[in-house]
Amino acid sequence: MGVNRREFLKIAGLSTLVGLGGKTAFELLAPGELEAREAPLGEAQKWGMVVDMHKMDEPLMDKCIEACHRFHNVPNIGTPKEEVKWLWKETYHHSFPGRENEYLTEEVEEMPFLLLCNHCTNPPCVRVCPTKATFKREDGIVIMDMHRCIGCRFCMAACPYGSRSFNWGDPRKAPEALNPGFPWNPDYPTRSMGVVEKCNFCAERLAKGQYPACVEAAAEEVEGALVFGDLADPESEPRAVLREHYTIRRKPELGTGPNVFYVI
Amino acid sequence: MFEKTIRGSQRYWGWLFFLLVLMGIGFGVYLYQFFEGLKITGMSRDVSWGFYIAQLTYLVGVAAGGVMVVLPYYLHDYKAFGRITILGEFLAIAAVIMCMLFVFVDLGQPTRVMNVIIHPTPNSILFWDMTVLSVYLLLNIVVGWNVLSAERKGIPYQKWVKVLAYVSIPWAFSIHTVTAFLYAGLPGRHYWLTAIMAARFLSSAFAAGPALLLLLCLIVRKVSRFDPGREAVRTLGGIVAYAFIINVFFFLLELFTAFYSQIPGHMHPIQFLFTGLEGHTYLVPWMWTAAAVAVVGLILLIVPATRRNEDTLVVGCVAVIVSTWIDKGLGLIIAGFTPNPFEGVTPYWPTLPEMLISIGVFATGFFILTVLYKMAIGIKEEAAGVS
Repeated sequence: MGVNRREFLKIAGLSTLVGLGGKTAFELLAPGELEAREAPLGEAQKWGMVVDMHKMDEPLMDKCIEACHRFHNVPNIGTPKEEVKWLWKETYHHSFPGRENEYLTEEVEEMPFLLLCNHCTNPPCVRVCPTKATFKREDGIVIMDMHRCIGCRFCMAACPYGSRSFNWGDPRKAPEALNPGFPWNPDYPTRSMGVVEKCNFCAERLAKGQYPACVEAAAEEVEGALVFGDLADPESEPRAVLREHYTIRRKPELGTGPNVFYVI
Repeated sequence: MFEKTIRGSQRYWGWLFFLLVLMGIGFGVYLYQFFEGLKITGMSRDVSWGFYIAQLTYLVGVAAGGVMVVLPYYLHDYKAFGRITILGEFLAIAAVIMCMLFVFVDLGQPTRVMNVIIHPTPNSILFWDMTVLSVYLLLNIVVGWNVLSAERKGIPYQKWVKVLAYVSIPWAFSIHTVTAFLYAGLPGRHYWLTAIMAARFLSSAFAAGPALLLLLCLIVRKVSRFDPGREAVRTLGGIVAYAFIINVFFFLLELFTAFYSQIPGHMHPIQFLFTGLEGHTYLVPWMWTAAAVAVVGLILLIVPATRRNEDTLVVGCVAVIVSTWIDKGLGLIIAGFTPNPFEGVTPYWPTLPEMLISIGVFATGFFILTVLYKMAIGIKEEAAGVS
């Protein structure tokens, strides 16, 4: 899938406005995006991700979060209770409750982990949604139709990973001081209040053959900190990493089948 | 039959006017919530359901509790309840309407509520909850209305009405079972993930619903010339006693499983409720109050002398209502979200606007209840030739 009609019209319209051609407009809107990855991604049966904690450090995580939230226009609301987040940091204790012990290595004890939606194989959020506003695509991505969501927040009660955020207020009215220049990405819609949102594995970027924003941001610093690909394909990059390293997942005992793995 | 509702004493109109004022305030605050978003409530990313959904849960119980008079009358031909089944059915109508309003005010995008019907999703328990509640509402309206108009005309009600009354009995069980399934099937919410949830819900419903109905019967006797009958009140007291004992027993089963197994996830929410967790103790006084009140209720309801004395029976019923409300209308939802998926505690307490909207919904329910009871009592007085 290339640029669909809606995107084409948007880009064409914007290009006409500033009187520029297609590629130049792309450069203006998202500089470097076209050249970022050499080999575009194809299709997949089950998108998944491996987070290699040996290659991760906190500044890199912050960079990934920044890339994700700017790409998807996720504003900083300013209050933890109303916080909206797609990608965020938590300690090992908070990320893997029940797996901690008193004698953890200092590295694991102190290092924050990068958390996101696990795009579960058997997602409870999809099971409970009364309107099919949350659904699982054939490529494994658990995604939302924000125009169908009624804001009942059943999915938030069902998700055991805290991966879902609700727009308690109007995100377009988020404090400007905390969000200079918001919305940052004119190609991605901002949300209205009263709907739930979450990480979508950058489905709109995958459709263009691009890697997710966080993966791309990580790759600019270290190769292989975030490994993304088709878990159903034994030849894929994440499968190669999973073959070589011991990995853990968040709360696998719940039977949700999380598709984000952590090398520790 | 509605003409019975437009002739009443000053006290009747004063009460309705008072409720209308509360409804007006609630509606005004709801408009504020509609335009500002649910951020005006105390809910958060971690405690994403609060007072509204807790009241829904409690009131589904009240609605289902009405079956405790319908069942003995229709299935066991227990005549003493014949006079008050209509009160049970009308209480169920008011309670279900309050339930629906509480779901509605909790929605982030209320204008899209019809999406639940446009895109029916059988794998979602919320879809089934909506379905069973709507049908239960209809059943009670149709049965209640037909039985009452037959009574007015002094003729027996039609056969099909009786069939619907029979259907409404298992249906009452279904509404609270489905409501329990909203919670009991979610992975990772330890306090809710328990097979006994539906049973606990039903037992607390069959205690609290009849307790409220009993109090309403006594109020009706006081403000009108209709007497629900001593035997009916006495039997209701017995039902409340049994159901409440079972309810407390079920809760003790939860305590045993959590604390004998010593599995942290099972213990944490209960510790949060009764001793506090990570320094958050704000629900502790409430839960101990519920426990103390429950003991008082148990004693008053079990000891025959106090159960048969109407004054102490009233105190016992109030105790049951208070204790089950704290358990279900406050503790259940907050403790389900505490600790959160990251083993942290985010405190939740309803805000003033949230309370005013809730009071508005309760006022709407009591308004409907008052009007329906006024109608039923007017017709009963007429039938008895006392008006």
